[in-house]
Amino acid sequence: MLSQVTVDDIHPIAIGAGILGTGGGGNPYLGSLHLRSVLEEFGPQPVLNPLTLPDDACLVVCGNVGAPTVSIEKLPQGREMAEAIIQLQKHIGRRFDAVVIAEIGGANSMQPLIAGRQLGIPTVDGDGMGRAFPEMQMSSFVFESEVSVAPFAIVDVAHRFALVPHTVSEKWGERVARNVAISMGARGALAGYVMNGVQLRATAVKHTLSLAHSLGCAVLAAQGDDVPAVVAERLQGKIIFRGKINDVDRRIVRGFARGSVSCVGFNGRDELDIAFQNEYLIAWLNGEVVATVPDLICMVTAETGEPVTTEMLRYGTRVVVIAVPSPAELRTEAALQVVGPPAFGYDVPWKPLPGGSIGLPLP
Amino acid sequence: MRIGIDVGGTNTDAVLMDGQSVLGSAKTPTTANVTDGITGALGALLQESALDVDQVDGVMIGTTHFTNAVVERRDMTPTACIRLGLPATACLPPMVDWPDELRTAVGGMVCMVHGGHEFDGREISPLDPDEVRSTAAQIRDAGIDVIAISSVFSPVNAGFEEEAAAIVREVIPDATITLSSSIGRIGLLERENAAIMNGCLRRLAWQTINGFRAALADMHITAPFYISQNDGTLMAADFAADYPVLTFASGPTNSMRGAAFLSGLRDAIVVDVGGTTTDIGVLRHGFPRVAALAVEIGGVRTNFRMPDTYSIGLGGGSLVQSDPLQVGPRSVGYELTSRARVFGGEELTATDIVVAAGHEAIGDTARVGDLDNTFVTAVEERIEDMVNVAVDRMKTSATEVPVIVVGGGSILVRRKIAGASELVRPDHFPVANAIGAAIAQVGGECDQIFSLAEMSRDQALDRARQEAGDRAIAAGADADSVEIVEVEEVPLAYLPGNATRIMVKAVGDLVEGG
Repeated sequence: MLSQVTVDDIHPIAIGAGILGTGGGGNPYLGSLHLRSVLEEFGPQPVLNPLTLPDDACLVVCGNVGAPTVSIEKLPQGREMAEAIIQLQKHIGRRFDAVVIAEIGGANSMQPLIAGRQLGIPTVDGDGMGRAFPEMQMSSFVFESEVSVAPFAIVDVAHRFALVPHTVSEKWGERVARNVAISMGARGALAGYVMNGVQLRATAVKHTLSLAHSLGCAVLAAQGDDVPAVVAERLQGKIIFRGKINDVDRRIVRGFARGSVSCVGFNGRDELDIAFQNEYLIAWLNGEVVATVPDLICMVTAETGEPVTTEMLRYGTRVVVIAVPSPAELRTEAALQVVGPPAFGYDVPWKPLPGGSIGLPLP
Repeated sequence: MRIGIDVGGTNTDAVLMDGQSVLGSAKTPTTANVTDGITGALGALLQESALDVDQVDGVMIGTTHFTNAVVERRDMTPTACIRLGLPATACLPPMVDWPDELRTAVGGMVCMVHGGHEFDGREISPLDPDEVRSTAAQIRDAGIDVIAISSVFSPVNAGFEEEAAAIVREVIPDATITLSSSIGRIGLLERENAAIMNGCLRRLAWQTINGFRAALADMHITAPFYISQNDGTLMAADFAADYPVLTFASGPTNSMRGAAFLSGLRDAIVVDVGGTTTDIGVLRHGFPRVAALAVEIGGVRTNFRMPDTYSIGLGGGSLVQSDPLQVGPRSVGYELTSRARVFGGEELTATDIVVAAGHEAIGDTARVGDLDNTFVTAVEERIEDMVNVAVDRMKTSATEVPVIVVGGGSILVRRKIAGASELVRPDHFPVANAIGAAIAQVGGECDQIFSLAEMSRDQALDRARQEAGDRAIAAGADADSVEIVEVEEVPLAYLPGNATRIMVKAVGDLVEGG
């Protein structure tokens, strides 16, 4: 289990977070460059085990809201997230003891480490998704109404901020945050979901930072071997397909990147189809549903085990697809209302993969 | 008539083409002084074809010279970068992801000032002329006069980069300036990296292009000449002197376009066997399939659209070891004609094996007569395996596709490749690169974010097509021949108002005699 993040841990975390992004979540590359410079200047970032946090610990969750295509062009000023945390502290009149990761999958894995190091407070080893999801109400913190996204603060590159003290529903909170971020140039740093140690233990997907790290280390160590098999083993998932991308169909539906990808097996017989909306959501093997959201559908390159995001899908890429049972926090009835296939507009019931804990027990 | 020239690391090839037919070709070794190599190849070509140089309408040159300079960290001019975007982007300064030794080789300065635009065209902050002026003065005082200027979302609005360039010129009148908006697409670091590398290479480019010009003048060729760029289209020589970075992937592109032309096939796999490596690429509709990932050049990320190629260490000069049996990746490279056994050398190369097997009579065949038949067969099988695996890797489906073999080392590929419907070795296969250069067209691109709340999708596509077509014409295309060859739409996830990034590429035939 990670007790701190050093410069050497950044690359493995980025690889692991990319795989847990299940095709979405943005590329952690730019965030990892920034984290490197912060850790080089200030030293390692301490990481707290959620199981041993004090009950009354005052915790804040943070992540970026925006569009991935904008994030590769308008790079951050660097202290937006820290500023969002400070503004929220002023509002609630308490200092935060630690920062929690909103979304371990993809680019949002890096900001809570950067902001924590800048403010001198540790990062908690856990998040609200155990993967990547496109919207903020899709978070284990809020499924049971245990915690709310509001009050939350959003900050832009010039440290201008908006503070939302209350929301009528989590979906409405998402809508407000999204529109604020857009007026900020499609990029805002958000701090919210204020909670204590008890609430965190009740809702968070635990130890996902350590999972991303150990997954990345395993991928690096396995180069030259069957890397996807190592990924599947680490995640306690199953390889459902090995083959090549044969066709990609992207459609524009209300501004969202929706589409489907079909692959042909190396054996020349199997056909795999996956529906995606930023993330991979449903997989059909030879016409039969084999994996459904919220279970994780991870696509990696056959040779190096690097994550293949939905933006990278191109004819001919040799890929391996791994289905991973989602963590228990995403499998409750309330959770499935928000992150099951119907929530994404698919008339397919969730077909649970056997299991229900994500990843091997950590060393 | 057109002359196509390919200046590779090993050989300089030249071909003479009249319309669709190849009238002659010549292959000579590349020289340390690029000019001599071209003079040599042209001399051989003109002699072979007994051509009157007045009949030449244009000369098209493809070269990997600038790519090699970056990879080898040589001939790079100190370059400063000014980025407009503060307060955004502050935590990731220019060149943040460069390898240390390359950053040192470039030896430049990085400066960040206010400016930049949002995705929808609003300003992030106004440009501050005094701030730009004092930054330019610092650069001048450091003795640097090559400058790259980048600005956030400059592919959407290049105004700030142009304004800043004008201010820099007031301070440094002789400044050599590269604007990121004139080079790359969306992706700030990658576009900026390309602009800085372009700056570093401009002095070398100027010298090299002048060298080409001198070589042509020596041969009394007065026709205009062009340089081929990444996507297989041409740029005028003077333009290439300003934008050397646009030649980075022209080598593999030319060989694949040449293979398509020579074979008449538009959908196929191309296996280009050189002296040291074999590059495998995929032709779709006559153009190379483009790589999906960010492409690193000399360890620096760029976002050029490069052909998706897979390289293995197998070529005509690959060294052959018997125990354990191994072919390549070590190679005698351009020294093949002195170090291979059949050429009187001591090294056993892949070429020697082909000769020993009796497939080709090259050099002194007696010098490989002692090789054991079983061993020769085993090496041949190994070579076949290497090619089969690499070709399979690039295939998109289990369906059999034609495989085109080109390049000087392609004598190594003898038998049908597994999964190939046919093996095509077209006429003039050793000079496919030079032919790819000779047949190239000129192109233009548009890459912008459009808000579909303000206009319909069709209007946005029309505007992008128009822009790409205009750029192709500006680059020298005959307006009547311009066609749109590529349209890519990427809806920006999470944004309302249907913001969509549209990328369009147009190409057209070069204006005759232009």
